[in-house]
Amino acid sequence: MRAGPTTPDAIPARPSRLVAVIREMLSRPSGCIGLFLVVAHVILALLSPYFAPFDFKAMNANAILAPPDTTHWLGTDQLGRDILTRTIMGGRQAILVTAIATPLAVAWGGLLGIYLGLAGGRLDDILMRVVDAFLALPWILKMLLMIVTFGTGVGVLIPTLAFFYGIPVIRIARAATQNIVARDFVLAARARGHSRVSIMRRELFGNVLDALMVEGAMRWSWMLLAFTSLSFLGFGVSPPTPDWGLMIADSRNFMAIAPWPAFAPVIALSSLIIGINLTADALAKALGIDRAQAAVH
Amino acid sequence: MTGDVLIDVQNLSIGFKGRSGKLLPVLRNIDLGVRRGETVGIVGESGSGKSTLALAMMGYLKHGLRVISGQSLFGGNDLLAMPARELQRIRGGKIALIPQNSGQSLSPNLRVGAQLAESLALHGKVAPSAFPQRVTELLQQVRLPDPAAIASRYPHELSGGQQQRVAIAMALAGDPEALLLDEPTTGLDVTTQAHILELLSDIAARYSKAMVYVSHDLGAIARVCSRVVVMYAGEIILDGGAATVLTNPGHPYARGLLASIPRLANPSLPLALEGRPPPPGGVGPGCSFVERCAIAEAACRAERPGLQPLLAGGRVRCRLPERAGSIPTRRDGKPGSASGSFGEPLVRLSNLAISYARQSLVDQLLGRKPQGVPTVDRVDIDIRQGEVVGLVGESGSGKSTILKAIAGLVAPAGGEITYDRSGALPATVEHRRPEQLRDIQLIFQNPDESLNPRHTIEQILAQPLQLYFGLSGDALRERSIGILERVRLGAHYLDRLPSQLSGGEKQRVAIARAFAAEPKLVLCDEVTSALDVSVQAAVLDLLDQLRRDSGTTYIFVSHDLAVVRALSDRVAVLYQGRLCEIGPAAAVYSRPCHPYTEALMGAVLEPEPGARPVLMAEDIMELSPPPKGCPFQRRCHRKVGPICESTTPPQQDAGAGHVIHCHMPIEDLASAQIVRTWDNAGPPHVQ
Ligand SMILES: Nc1ncnc2c1ncn2[C@@H]1O[C@H](COP(=O)(O)OP(=O)(O)O)[C@@H](O)[C@H]1O
Ligand code: SF4
Ligand code: SF4
Ligand SMILES: [Mg+2]
Repeated sequence: MRAGPTTPDAIPARPSRLVAVIREMLSRPSGCIGLFLVVAHVILALLSPYFAPFDFKAMNANAILAPPDTTHWLGTDQLGRDILTRTIMGGRQAILVTAIATPLAVAWGGLLGIYLGLAGGRLDDILMRVVDAFLALPWILKMLLMIVTFGTGVGVLIPTLAFFYGIPVIRIARAATQNIVARDFVLAARARGHSRVSIMRRELFGNVLDALMVEGAMRWSWMLLAFTSLSFLGFGVSPPTPDWGLMIADSRNFMAIAPWPAFAPVIALSSLIIGINLTADALAKALGIDRAQAAVH
Repeated sequence: MTGDVLIDVQNLSIGFKGRSGKLLPVLRNIDLGVRRGETVGIVGESGSGKSTLALAMMGYLKHGLRVISGQSLFGGNDLLAMPARELQRIRGGKIALIPQNSGQSLSPNLRVGAQLAESLALHGKVAPSAFPQRVTELLQQVRLPDPAAIASRYPHELSGGQQQRVAIAMALAGDPEALLLDEPTTGLDVTTQAHILELLSDIAARYSKAMVYVSHDLGAIARVCSRVVVMYAGEIILDGGAATVLTNPGHPYARGLLASIPRLANPSLPLALEGRPPPPGGVGPGCSFVERCAIAEAACRAERPGLQPLLAGGRVRCRLPERAGSIPTRRDGKPGSASGSFGEPLVRLSNLAISYARQSLVDQLLGRKPQGVPTVDRVDIDIRQGEVVGLVGESGSGKSTILKAIAGLVAPAGGEITYDRSGALPATVEHRRPEQLRDIQLIFQNPDESLNPRHTIEQILAQPLQLYFGLSGDALRERSIGILERVRLGAHYLDRLPSQLSGGEKQRVAIARAFAAEPKLVLCDEVTSALDVSVQAAVLDLLDQLRRDSGTTYIFVSHDLAVVRALSDRVAVLYQGRLCEIGPAAAVYSRPCHPYTEALMGAVLEPEPGARPVLMAEDIMELSPPPKGCPFQRRCHRKVGPICESTTPPQQDAGAGHVIHCHMPIEDLASAQIVRTWDNAGPPHVQ
């Protein structure tokens, strides 16, 4: 009974993994809601200049801190500017800056983390101590130090955010890599004599990518909060450009008499953050990653 | 001795909803009754539905499964249709399950005694004041030495076998009427497994419980069960007395299964069963085995055979049981080993020592050597061109470690590895020359771990082909197809992912990847341990064919002595990283001299009715090798005296390259041979 060539069963064409993952995400309520919120915000950010009801700079001296009515659906601020307009445009800077800074952070933190996870040794020991020390500092302090040193503006904020938010990514990427390095297929590649770069490229990237994508989504939401906080403190976007952080800062003096100018940006920001978190959650589940393991910073 | 039917599964079918929305059956029309005092073995390969059946017997369905038809009665009540509360009561008090690795699922932070007392309290059959006494009794029942000491320990302070005994004691705590065991010894070492099985067969005989023993291992089943049920593709295909099922079963699949089991007494390769079982929902209108059956007829395709009673007792699901006898249950002996002369030594391990102890920072600064006893020490083996050298030993005996050192993945702490007369091989891969790397290839135990799940088979095979031969484009593809064909897979596998292949196919891909390098030496680390027996037979056959075609040298590592026997020319027996015995396979297997080899061979479970292992060495936990003397000193049943603890045993030559490392004079070693007993009565025989 010598076994002859095996005829395999017909296997249906492999659906692309991306399609499968998105389908899986959409099969959960959290994925549906999350993706809807994120996509809606991105579309608003891209297209809001074309359909905002008013000019975001236009002041109306007759309607200072006016409550919501049929003209100004969400009321006006202390300069009589339309809050609906300023809210739907107020995420543009934040989303633009963080959407560039997030991939940068994931890229440099991920690469370094994968390298350290594979290489181990003295360099790994030392760098991880540095990373730990860095993570122990309050983030706002680090940000402010950087901004005080290099100034404000988008050109400084993008690299600053990308740098600081790449550091926790190192840890995640390193941990994910260590899990994979211990597996036999990496051992097999080492035994064959592949170079370190080749092992990173062929064996590690594909397998660490899942964890990095989820981590990227998380970093994005933290970065948005950081950006908004900086604006709130006056280190981010400069007036009169509408921005959620600035809007909240401006309106806080009038909270007692006119709460509505603060509500709209708060709700806009929270809905985006919640959307990103729900998406990250659904993504993690669709990819089969245990979020409980992922550290939160 | 058997009483009324306690567990009664009637026409039970269980299935899950497939992607298409159709209900796909995992179990089909199971009819099975188990009486009090009876021990029924359920045997089948992975995916045959045996665990699902065992769980259904205690009213449990895994997530996603649902009952299609039938019932699972316990004492007359259907467990699958019972309110949760009542089910809870029965599960705790009347029926207990011991799953695989249950020893490892004890709570780590609770002493053994406290855990047992907790489960006594749960069942509420014993007064709390009597707990300590009952705990001691339970620990005695599972034959743990010194119950008081064991009760005060934490689970991690016990060996795997002791943990499993405690798990059995926990199951016995509720004094259940029925015991379900799902692969209770899988993953344990041979000697430990033999001890646990002795215990189980003793419990079965003594307490007249209804026992169901689920396993893929016919040897284990043979030891414990009087009646054996064989499952295939979710059906019972055979049910009968253990003696008949193990020697002359009336179903073609059962016969094929027997033939695929490697046996200690038979040096030839086991016979492979072609094909693979149909997936759930993949069975046609006829017999589920028809695609693989050697005696199938046209009528077998048309109609599903019923489970008919046999004149000689038992039941069989085959239309032609009387013709099944023409299918061999034993192979006639195509020797796996090349039994010829071999060339020059290809690899030479001389006085090899390997240590995992990491140098601490202080040691590094002071330039001190790492402390501790090396994991592997004093290993001398010559491996000649074209030879298969088997390396056997229990888990942790350093088999994989030695292979890793040869492959350059760990650096030896002492000694030398010389390769092909080119002198000492550089310690690690980074320092080896490309042709040295190409010459030595490694195949791992579990293809799920050794194949990158994100790569297609084409990408997997491309790795060595690009690296060593610089192939690309059509040449690469052509060569990949050629290699796939050598491992008996076709070109259509190229764009699959490993997850789309069966276990045996994945392992063939792993073998193909190693042979793509055109290696001179292939290191096989437990390459068949993760596979079903019939698949294992096919992989062994493939490995044998490949080395006949290409003259490749193998080092073949396994904990399974019969598997090593089937393929190896020479065998080395390791204990705690030290050599015990090495010699031609025929000599070592027919005349094991070293006490450890003797203990190992005695503990092997053969799928023969009434076969009884001889238990010699003690089942104790060894975390590290003894610092000096003989590695086996703590468990040896034939210890000579204090010299065993103080002095490294000498190498004694029994002739024809058969070398034994032991203080006992060779004449004494050779004269005391194990005597296997073949009866089924009385307490097990511990020397
Ligand atoms: N990477 C490692 N670090 C530390 N100890 C190890 C490592 N790998 C194996 N060991 C230890 O070395 C011993 C031998 O292990 P191994 O070579 O895997 O044995 P086998 O393959 O015979 O089961 C065991 O005690 C094991 O715990
Ligand atoms: S019924 Fe036919 S195909 Fe099925 S096992 Fe019997 S002989 Fe073979
Ligand atoms: S040297 Fe002593 S302890 Fe070791 S196997 Fe021989 S008799 Fe047993
Ligand atoms: Mg091993």
